[in-house]
Amino acid sequence: MSTIQSIAGENEQHPDVALVERVRAGDVSAYDTLVRKYERQVFRIAQHITQNREDAEDVVQDAFLKAYEKLDQFQGNSKFYTWLVRIAVNESLMRLRKRRTGRMVSIDEDVETEEGSVPRDLADWAPDPEQNYTQSELAEILRKTIQGLPQGFRVVFALRDVEGLSTEETAETLGLSVPAVKSRLLRARLQLRERLSRYFKRKTAPAGNGPAIAPQTGS
Amino acid sequence: MTCTEFIALLDDLIDDSVTETMRADLQAHLKGCEHCEVTLNTTRKTIEIYRSHEIYDLPTDLRERLHAAIMARCKRGC
Repeated sequence: MSTIQSIAGENEQHPDVALVERVRAGDVSAYDTLVRKYERQVFRIAQHITQNREDAEDVVQDAFLKAYEKLDQFQGNSKFYTWLVRIAVNESLMRLRKRRTGRMVSIDEDVETEEGSVPRDLADWAPDPEQNYTQSELAEILRKTIQGLPQGFRVVFALRDVEGLSTEETAETLGLSVPAVKSRLLRARLQLRERLSRYFKRKTAPAGNGPAIAPQTGS
Repeated sequence: MTCTEFIALLDDLIDDSVTETMRADLQAHLKGCEHCEVTLNTTRKTIEIYRSHEIYDLPTDLRERLHAAIMARCKRGC
């Protein structure tokens, strides 16, 4: 099925290509359409990398301005969106470098190279576990959990699983090999799963008489 | 198939990029391994939750402000 879709897709021009051509011909309103289309995604990616709202706001502006300036360099053989994401990732990393002066910041930071291991936490989750929390509680849990991942895993998960880039596009955007993206994605998914288990696991009813002293929470 | 071998192919199974033979091997392992079944289901759920919940929302007023700033500078030629 996916093969049929991809063959059909190759014969169709992506609507962004026509918009880019209009911008190149001097029609700024076409760029307005592109900015509206992708500003949320760029903001999210910038937040995932910088973990700072002000920086993310700056990245949104800088990335779209840089893309506008460099539009002549955009090759039609890649999607405008992935080209834009690459600019946004670079701008986000530059922001981080500014904040952490003297420290090198890269996508390779804090990444262990060992392969994914069998998860320790076996606990199954409650059905629809997110319904035990309000929307704002859930958003806080999800933010806190993903922020705890090493940056190199977090960015791969954000691009691949949240923003929906393919493995190849993620690799191209981050300047990583496809196997490196796959390895990081697996570890990111497993680590997030394990960390979310703290909040989502099925509460087991105490067996028999149960403990005389209530177990301490947060251990 | 061991649990370690199953986990190494977990992403391929989730992303539906396994061959039929491989899928049959993975399914056979799942039938006898509750640990890997839980891991598969909760990992799928993890991805689904992150996909379906906006954790870094861009409020409309901020979005409009950023948008206006970008377009003003583009119209000036950056």
